[in-house]
Amino acid sequence: MSDFFTLSVIVATLASGIRLATPFLLASLGEMIGQRSGVLNLGVEGVMLIGAFVAYFTLLRTGSTLLAVLLAVTAGVVMGLLYSLITLYMNAVQGISGIGIYLFGLGFTDLLFQKQVGTPIPVKGLDELHIPLLADIPHVGEIFFQHSILVYIAFLLVPVAWFVIERTTFGLNLRAVGETPEAADTLGVSVNRIRLFTILIGNSLAALAGAALALELGIFQQNLTSGRGFIAIALVYFGAWRPLGVMSGALLFGVVSATVNQWKTIGIIEGAASSLTSMAPALLTIVVLVFVSRRIDAPSALTKPFDRSG
Amino acid sequence: MPTALDEPVAPKLLRVRLAPRLVGLAVPVAAVVAALAVGAIMLLALGANPIEGYVALADGAFGSGNALADTALKGMPLLLVGVGICIAFRTGVINLGGEGQIIAGAICSTSLSLAIPDTPRILLVPLLLVAGALGGAFWGAIPGALKTYYGVSEILSTIMMNIIAAQFLSFLLLDWLAEPREIRIQQTERLTLNGDLPLLPGGTRLHIGVLIAVAIAVAAFVLLFRSALGVRLRAVGHNPNASRYAGMPVQRSVVEALAISGACAGIAGAVLVFGSESHRLIGEGGAIGFTQNAGFNGIVAALFGGLHPLATIPAAFLFGGLLTGGIKLQRELQVPAALIVALNGVVVVFVVGSLKLRTRLAAWADRVTGVRT
Repeated sequence: MSDFFTLSVIVATLASGIRLATPFLLASLGEMIGQRSGVLNLGVEGVMLIGAFVAYFTLLRTGSTLLAVLLAVTAGVVMGLLYSLITLYMNAVQGISGIGIYLFGLGFTDLLFQKQVGTPIPVKGLDELHIPLLADIPHVGEIFFQHSILVYIAFLLVPVAWFVIERTTFGLNLRAVGETPEAADTLGVSVNRIRLFTILIGNSLAALAGAALALELGIFQQNLTSGRGFIAIALVYFGAWRPLGVMSGALLFGVVSATVNQWKTIGIIEGAASSLTSMAPALLTIVVLVFVSRRIDAPSALTKPFDRSG
Repeated sequence: MPTALDEPVAPKLLRVRLAPRLVGLAVPVAAVVAALAVGAIMLLALGANPIEGYVALADGAFGSGNALADTALKGMPLLLVGVGICIAFRTGVINLGGEGQIIAGAICSTSLSLAIPDTPRILLVPLLLVAGALGGAFWGAIPGALKTYYGVSEILSTIMMNIIAAQFLSFLLLDWLAEPREIRIQQTERLTLNGDLPLLPGGTRLHIGVLIAVAIAVAAFVLLFRSALGVRLRAVGHNPNASRYAGMPVQRSVVEALAISGACAGIAGAVLVFGSESHRLIGEGGAIGFTQNAGFNGIVAALFGGLHPLATIPAAFLFGGLLTGGIKLQRELQVPAALIVALNGVVVVFVVGSLKLRTRLAAWADRVTGVRT
C-alpha cells in the first residue's frame, strides 16, 4: 500500500482519472440532455460500443484519428435516428427498447470485430496535446493539461451544455418539453422535434464517448465498455440533471477506476480479487443513488411518450 | 328489442375474446419477421445466404423431436424470467435485473449442492430449486427496498445489481467455487449426481425443469388473477395513490413484487445449472454468457405474451425456437455466434416498438367487431 502513496503515483493516478472520466462525462452529458427533454435512453452502452468499434476500425484501416472520430459520431447519429423512430414515433417503452439497442450493439460490434479484425491489434490513439505554459506547471500540468483533445472537448462541453440548457430558447423549449409536454405543445413547441434533436445529440455523444475510450485504450475487444454506459446513465441522476453535477460524478468514477487500475498494476490487488474490485463502480453507483435519490427531482415527463391524441 | 341473449354465444365469444387477441398476436409476429429481415441484411453483409440461413434456423428450432426439445429447453429460462416480469410489470415495477437474479439463484443452489452433495436426489432437487428461488428473491428484494425506502430508480439499481452479480460470479468461479485444478478456468467441478434434474421420458434432453417452468407460470396466473395478493399487486401497479388511499401497503407490495419476480429468475438460475449438459456452473464467457441474456429476453417474452403468465408460455417457446435455430444457423453458415446476440437485440427493439401498434390494432378490431370496451 505504501507504494501507492508517493507523489508521482498519485499524480499519475489523478491524470489517468481525468482521462478515464472522459467517456463517462461525454456519455452522461448526452444522456442528461435527453432526459431533460423527457427521454430515457438505456441504449447508451450499445451506442458506446458501436462508436468504439467504428473509431477503432477506422483508425486501424486508415490511420486517421480525425476520420475515426467523425465516423464514430456518424454511427451515433444513425443509432439516434433509429432510437427516435422507435421511441418517438412508435412510442416504445423507453426502458426496454434501450436494452434492445444494448444487445444489438454488444452482438453487432463483436460480430464485426471477429469478422473484420479477428485478433486485437493495438492502434496508436490520439496524441497528447500539451497546453502551452500550463502543461509545464509541475504536477498540476501533468494532471490537467497533458491530455488528448477529446478530454478537453469533453470538459469544455460542460459549460456549453449549461449555457444551451439554461440560456437559450432551445434550452427553454427542451426543459418545457421535459416537464410539461402538453403545455409546450399548446404553445406551439413541437415536442417530438425537440426530443429528436436531444436524442441525436445524446447518441452522438455516446458514440463519441465510445470513440474516446477506444482511442484512449488503443484497442477494441468484445464488451469493451463493460457497463460504463449504464453507469453514465446513473451519473445523470447523481448529478441531479445539472452539467456540473454530472461532471463531478464522472470525475469521481474516473478517479476510482484509475485508483483500482493503479492498485492492480502495483500488485496491491491480484488474481481473483480483481473481479471483486470490478464490482466497485456498480456498487458505488448504488450507494450514491441511495444518498441522492430522495433529494433530486427528475424531469416530470421522463420516460413518458408524448401522444397528441392524449 | 334485441338483447344479449338473442345472439348465439359461440360467435360472440369468438368476436369479443378472440378477434382482438389474434390481431394482438399478429403484430409481434410481424415485428419478429421484420427483425429477421434486418438479420437477412446482416447475413448478406457477412457473405452468407439468408434463405439458407433461415431454413437452417427453422429446421434447428422446430425440425425434429430433438430440435423441439432443445427449443423447449431454451424457452424454459425465458418463461421463468418472463413470468416474474409479468408480476413485476403489473405491479408497476420495471425489473431489468433478471440477469443478476438468475446468477444469484445459480450461486445459491450451486453452493448448497457443494455443501450437501450426499443428500438423496428426491430431497436435494427441491432444495436446490428453493435455494435458487431464495437467492433470486434476495437479489430482487434489494432494488425493491432501495426503491421504496430511498427512492432509487429500480431501472438503474437492477442493472447495477446485474453487473455486481456477474463480477461476483466471476470472482467465485476463480476462487471459492472454482474447480481445484492447476490452471483455473471459470467453472465449478462437475456437481453432485444427486442434483441432476430428472430427464423426461422420450429420449430427448428434456428434463423436469420444463414442467416446473410451466407449473410456475400457472401458479403465477393464479397468484395474479385469482388471489388477494394479486389483486393488491395489480391495484398498486394500476394506481399507487388510489391503492394507498384504500389502505393497501404500497411500499411492501413493490418489494414483494420484485422479490417474487427475482425468485422466478432465481429458479431459472438453478435449473440452468442442474439441467445443463455439463452439470457445472460456468462463468460468463464470450458474448453469450451463462445466462444467455435470458434476463433480458424473458422481458421480451413477457411483453410478447401481453404480460399474461399463460400467454407467456407459447411466447417463450417461440422465442426459444429463435435462439435454438440461431445456433444451428450460426453453425451451418459459419458465422460468429455474436450474430445471435445482435439479432436478439433487433428482435427486442422491434417487438417493443410494435407494442403501441398492437394496442391500436386491438382497439380497431374491437370497433370492427362492434364490441365496446
